Formats: sequence, structure tokens, C-alpha cells
Amino acid sequence: MQYSYYPGCSLEATGVEYNLSTRAVAGALGLELVELPGWTCCGSSSAHAVNKDLTLGLAAHNIALAQQQGRDLVVPCSACYTRLSKADHQMRHDPGERARGEMLAGFSYTGEIQIYSFLEVVRVQVGMERVAQTVRQSLTGLKLACYYGCLLVRPPEVRPFDRAEDPTSLDELVAALGAEPVPWCYKTTCCGAGLSLTRPEVVEQLVARLLSAAREAGADALVSACPLCQNNLEMRRPAQEGIPVFYFTELMGLAFGLGEASGWLKKHLVDPFPLLQRFSLVG
Amino acid sequence: MATATLHLPAGAITVDVAFREEVARLSGQPLELCFQCQKCASGCYPTQEGDYTPNEIMRLIQYGARDAVFRSRTIWLCTSCETCGLRCPNGIRIAEVMDTLKQMAVERGITPAGETGPMFHNLFLNEIRATGRIHETMLMLKYKLKTGNLFADMKLGWQLFRRGKLPLLPRLKKDPAVRQIFERAGGQG
Ligand code: SF4
Ligand code: SF4
Repeated sequence: MQYSYYPGCSLEATGVEYNLSTRAVAGALGLELVELPGWTCCGSSSAHAVNKDLTLGLAAHNIALAQQQGRDLVVPCSACYTRLSKADHQMRHDPGERARGEMLAGFSYTGEIQIYSFLEVVRVQVGMERVAQTVRQSLTGLKLACYYGCLLVRPPEVRPFDRAEDPTSLDELVAALGAEPVPWCYKTTCCGAGLSLTRPEVVEQLVARLLSAAREAGADALVSACPLCQNNLEMRRPAQEGIPVFYFTELMGLAFGLGEASGWLKKHLVDPFPLLQRFSLVG
Repeated sequence: MATATLHLPAGAITVDVAFREEVARLSGQPLELCFQCQKCASGCYPTQEGDYTPNEIMRLIQYGARDAVFRSRTIWLCTSCETCGLRCPNGIRIAEVMDTLKQMAVERGITPAGETGPMFHNLFLNEIRATGRIHETMLMLKYKLKTGNLFADMKLGWQLFRRGKLPLLPRLKKDPAVRQIFERAGGQG
């Protein structure tokens, strides 16, 4: 199966291990990700705070590029995925918005391509059964708090692939890898990443609350599907807090026995190796 | 424009009836339906440090308390996490309202004292306009320079850099298509 691939700006810098692990895991599952030629920033959280036209225009431009390629688009970053899938939804369902998007990005919207998060592709197109069959080294014993973040499954009409209040896809995924997802209440509570530079003191409180909730739930680590969440949960945590935060794709790579996995994990600010060694998952 | 004075425990505020209609039109949300159940506020963590809860912002809009809303710190703390809109029994997408308020405040050049949010967004959008993408290293540096707060997060920056997460050389070039979008979108950025 071939897809266009939109890494987004973070995956080239602070989220580099998410980029590498997504590409590797896709390969192991027989999915071909072709980087979208000429992709540009989706506008992230800044465009919609300042200018409505820029918000739609920047996203529509990338949809236009993907349309030219004629392949469905895979977007691993939750923030980019939000902007792109929201713009697509607007143009698909509202003729006025379609006209506005077409005018701003200078193209004609056909609605022929779909936009997926990588998690969605894994859940809907690949399926957990195939994931389980690909496992070479089961993550048995690892207790994980699946942190979806606020954007991945919202709003529900735009992203119906999982439940908006109590999503389960990441939980199913880590279970397929042999790990144990723990029940907890903060699956979609915002970590404040968008305020990380401007209001770090607010973000520190949000992060501390999330990490201690994961611990209370009995988790050894958290699992993330977003470069902004993952970085924020590492960068803005209390100094004494050492609970690791993995990308789900890194755990897939580890369980699939991909040799590159330890290279990704070395890039974390919070060292996950002691935990993985305790479960004999790395050498 | 019909205005009047409303005396609240927090002081007198000038109300403007047309304001609610303007916010409703620009956000596309049925603001008049809010009946103050506070469900939005109960799930809203990011704005807890703000001056109003989301339902209070809704009430202030209904009152037409234009200035109080534009000067509120709450709108800049909203991260558009969409928790409120998901739970609102009246289907009001408050994140859309908060975005609309930010956009209106920026257009009018009104922001609360000490709020660096709009400046950050401006830097961010200028990066996109210049090269089509965000170069995170440059963005962080520019923000630090502008706020004069160069040394906060230095250690963090170094740790990121060492792990190859803050590349110094962007592989970017100007993108005329992006410039055109900025021109068509007009105004900010
Ligand atoms: S949840 Fe909706 S109806 Fe209830 S207070 Fe908030 S905006 Fe108003
Ligand atoms: S979208 Fe904004 S107002 Fe609503 S819950 Fe999230 S931070 Fe609060």
C-alpha cells in the first residue's frame, strides 16, 4: 500500500525519532510512505490564533499537493493532522469553505484523497491482528499509560476513527505488542504544549499532573502519538520525575525486533533504557 | 452602536449588544444557547491560570463586554484542546470562539499587559512566510531574543542540540506558493 507522507516541521527536529520510527515501522508492515514533495508548514497552533484565512489556506495548500500525487496522505504529528484533517473536513462538507480554500490555495478541491494519522492507518488499514503477528519480542510485563493528547481524536465529526472521550486504539495497539495498558482518566487531557515557550509555568503544572496520574495508575511509562506532547512531557516535567514517554512507533519497532530502535530511544531527554533493561527488552 | 453600563462585583463594564452578534457570526457558534452549566469550565485545565473560566467568557460575550473579553488572559491560555466543545450540551465549540476572540483582539491590537502569545504567533508565521516551514531552532532563538529571556531553557536547548534535535542548518528555501497564500489571506503574519 502506497501513501503520501507529511512529516511536518517537528519531525525534522525535536520529533526526529518519531519520524525515523514511523518510517521504519511502516516498512516492516509493508506500507510505502512517499514524502510529499514540496510540503509546507500546516500553520500549527499559530495560524488559527491569528488569521482564519491563513489557517485554511496553509492547510489547503498541502491538500492540493497531496491531491496532485493522487495518494492518501499519512500525517503522524497530531497537531499537523488536526490542521490538515480539519481543513479537509471543512472543504468536503461546506461549499462556502471549499470555495474559500480553493481561492486561498489556488487549486480545485476534488475530495479524492483521504487524510489519516499514522495511528489510524495502523488501526483501520493494518489491523491489530497483523501487528500482533509481526511481533518478534513481546513487551510482556510493561505497564503503559496511553496518552492520546487532546487533538488526535477531536473533534469527533472530523476524526471518527476512535472515541473522542475515551479512545482505545493506542491501548489495543500496546496490548497487541504484548504490553499491558493501564486504565487512567487523563488519556486526552491537554498537556499545554502550545504554551510551552510563552507560559512554561502553566505548562509545568499540567505536565506534573499528567505524569503523576500515570504513576498512580501503575504505569511504568507513557505512550504518545504526538511530537509536541512527547517533547512537552519530557521538557516541562518536575526535576525528580523520571517516568519515560515513548512514541507508539518506537514500541512497535522494539517489539518487531528492528535493530534501529535503540538509536531512536537514545534521543530522548529522559533515558528509557533502565526501564527497558529491567524488562530485558534491550541488550 | 447601543452601549450601556453594567455594574458587576468586579466593577462597572461597558456593554455593547452588537459584540455578541459579531463574535457569533465570525465563529459560527450559537452563543445565545449557553446556559451556564459550566461543563466547559470543569474540563478546562489550561485556562485555570486565567482570569475567567470559559463559561464566564461566554457570559461576558453575551453581555457584550467587549473590552473585558479582549483584555482577558484566558483567551491566550486556551490551547484549542476542544474538551469544552466536546462536552457542551448546546453544541457550542468554544475553541472556535476563543480563536475568533484572539483573531479579533490581534486585529484591534488589544492584548493584556505582559502577554507574549501574539508576538510568538507572529514570529512563527513570519518563519512560515519566509521559508514555508518552521525551523524550530531559529524560532526558539528568535523568541528568546525578543523576550530578552535568552538564558531560560539554555540547558534544555543544549540537551536537545546534543541529541540532534535542534539542527542548525535548515534545508529550506523560499516558497512562492506560500507567499501567495499570505497575500490572499491578508493582514496578519
Ligand atoms: S458547556 Fe456550553 S452551555 Fe455549558 S457553560 Fe459551557 S458553553 Fe455554556
Ligand atoms: S479548548 Fe480552550 S477553553 Fe476549551 S477546554 Fe480546551 S483550553 Fe479550555
